Amino acid sequence: MLTLIKGGRVLDPGKIDGITDILVKDGIIIEVIAKASPSGKSKKNNSESLKKYKADTVIDASGKIVVPGLIDMHVHLREPGQEYKETIETGILAAAAGGFTGICAMPNTIPVNDNRQVTEYILNRAKEVGKVNVYPVAAISTGLKGEGLCEYGDLKEAGAIALSDDGKPVSNSRLMRRAMEYAKGFGLPVISHCEVSELSAGGVMNEGIVATRMGLAGIPNEAESIMVARDIALCELTGAHLHIAHVSTSQSVNAIREAKRKGLPVTAETAPHYFTLTDEAVSGYNTNAKMSPPLRSAFDRDAVREGLADGTIDVIATDHAPHSSFEKDVEFDIAANGIVGLETSVSLGLRLVEDGIITLPVLIEKMSCNPARILGLERSIKKGVAADITIIDPAFVYTIDSSSFYSLGRNTPFEGWEMKGKAVLTMVGGKVVFDNIIRL
Amino acid sequence: MQFERKDILDMESLSAEEIIFILDTADQLKEISRRPVKKVPTLRGKTVVLFFYEPSTRTRSSFEIASKRLSADSISISSSSSSMVKGETLIDTARNLEAMNPDVIVIRHPSAGAPHMIARLLKTSVINAGDGMHAHPTQALLDLMTVREKKGYIKGLRIAIIGDISHSRVARSDCIGFTKMGADVVLAGPPTMIPKGIESLGVTVACNSDEAVKDADVIIMLRIQKERQKSFLYPSDREYSRIFGLNAERLKKASKDVLIMHPGPINRGVEISSEVADGPYSIILDQVTNGVSVRMALLFILSA
Ligand SMILES: [Zn+2]
Ligand SMILES: [Zn+2]
Repeated sequence: MLTLIKGGRVLDPGKIDGITDILVKDGIIIEVIAKASPSGKSKKNNSESLKKYKADTVIDASGKIVVPGLIDMHVHLREPGQEYKETIETGILAAAAGGFTGICAMPNTIPVNDNRQVTEYILNRAKEVGKVNVYPVAAISTGLKGEGLCEYGDLKEAGAIALSDDGKPVSNSRLMRRAMEYAKGFGLPVISHCEVSELSAGGVMNEGIVATRMGLAGIPNEAESIMVARDIALCELTGAHLHIAHVSTSQSVNAIREAKRKGLPVTAETAPHYFTLTDEAVSGYNTNAKMSPPLRSAFDRDAVREGLADGTIDVIATDHAPHSSFEKDVEFDIAANGIVGLETSVSLGLRLVEDGIITLPVLIEKMSCNPARILGLERSIKKGVAADITIIDPAFVYTIDSSSFYSLGRNTPFEGWEMKGKAVLTMVGGKVVFDNIIRL
Repeated sequence: MQFERKDILDMESLSAEEIIFILDTADQLKEISRRPVKKVPTLRGKTVVLFFYEPSTRTRSSFEIASKRLSADSISISSSSSSMVKGETLIDTARNLEAMNPDVIVIRHPSAGAPHMIARLLKTSVINAGDGMHAHPTQALLDLMTVREKKGYIKGLRIAIIGDISHSRVARSDCIGFTKMGADVVLAGPPTMIPKGIESLGVTVACNSDEAVKDADVIIMLRIQKERQKSFLYPSDREYSRIFGLNAERLKKASKDVLIMHPGPINRGVEISSEVADGPYSIILDQVTNGVSVRMALLFILSA
């Protein structure tokens, strides 16, 4: 089976940027043939090399951008235990539709992914569904209780790719220190949900003018940034790879920038909602703008954008957190935290490019190359590599409509937004797992 | 004027013109409560549901009396009798209530925005009788009515609000209501109880309670809740009453004909001394009386 991806602008940041054909055979990229640089200067002699192949399938990618397969390293798949919110299958379908070739599954399922059985269950279910690679993240502490270490050695053997107690912080500094030391021995990154519970307790949105006016209890920025500072200190102490999840505040961005300047093995992610929205989105008691950490001020949103632009924040990950409508159509105080993100992330990332905050190559780095590097995976457009490829149509205009989501979750604050640009084809291991290319 | 609004949810959404219309209506209806037979047939055949998710004696009985004086039928549902305890969502409960065709639903709820949520969903008029720390518009309206009645005007008055501003829906609604009517509002309280960015409501924050009281035409004291000590918001009742409480000594700094108000229930000897609460400047009981008139006015405007 030979597939030709023809005439697209292939963009593998730092390596390729130009009109290029890609030949895929048995799931592997076997030829990458440059046709022209982005400036349009055509290259000769390449049509010759194509002639020796006869493709079974041709994907016309002209006018599209062909990039290394995207990875979302922060997804809550909800299975096992909360299949009414999302299943591994619907999560995978949503990921494919969002342009993702790989997703990390967070461990706060029921039961918690703190042992080999759960890790294997997730991998087996994902394999049955096929389509998108699922990389299980195992818990830092058993039962996410913050009391004892999980068996990282066994979990790694079973297929865990990283460790996190996401959803909760590891409040006990001694446990976090030992977890990082022990994880380092297995080369597993530790993903930290940074939150000082005593400071966030009772809060349901960002502390500030909007919360004051709405009479909602606030969560100060420091509930996040104090924990970021602690974890950076523990990273310096242990030398373990620390990855800060969902950065939302200016103080956190500054702390991470400083840590990187010192050369510490710290990486960080933010989510599209933190670089797009502010706490004003909560107005009208919109529970689809409620998440942890909360949407912050415009100042923080701008600091997050700056962090993306200067490389302080390595990764855009969605923190995809599907919930059922009965968990969101309730009083704001008791509404569940989190929003879905898989099917809107690329478009929101492209808006950042459109707004001139980052360039397209940088966006692709943050959605593919950097998460791959952090997780020890390969995503690249080159000969001999698995054909995990995403095709983006930058001119695709559409309106976000949650009722058309593949995810079971409809909880998005972006409902009704007019978007330009979208992932239109997702290829995993040479197989097309999502195809929305408009063909005339 | 034509009052087009379906609901009364907060002071933010009311215009100064609408506020004046409500106060004028309340002034007119006040006379009914002074008659030997305190009842008019105006709202005969109308149904008012009092839906209280939080314990409340004064606000609920005030609404109940207001309904009865206008001959509306009122029924009370409290949190202990409501199906909320059985796991029904607020939306489902509200939909069920609406299916019985009431004309007005009065709701008090511990979560900010709960009345807004059901108002969006239902065709029935909704009156917010207090939602979390957010709003208590009927209290603000009765405060405005009482001040206007005593002073004859509101514009230009110096209104001091003292106490736990953070947790007070009364403070938020009073800040918005009084500034909308042209008064100058100054706040004071323990620094732990002044919420971030409250100045955005057009009020000023005084350094201490003496500064707030100075030359005040109206002083509104807020109730301090004792359980706030557990979240480290203030050290002790003793310190609170000394530093932030209103006593005869501190009151000397206010304007000569100052009015003392309190949304109740009062903690005697903590935020206000008995001497002041029962003294000549106190209009705390007038507030309660006017509460009935304001609520009559709202029921009348929304359902007649
Ligand atoms: Zn988290
Ligand atoms: Zn998460």
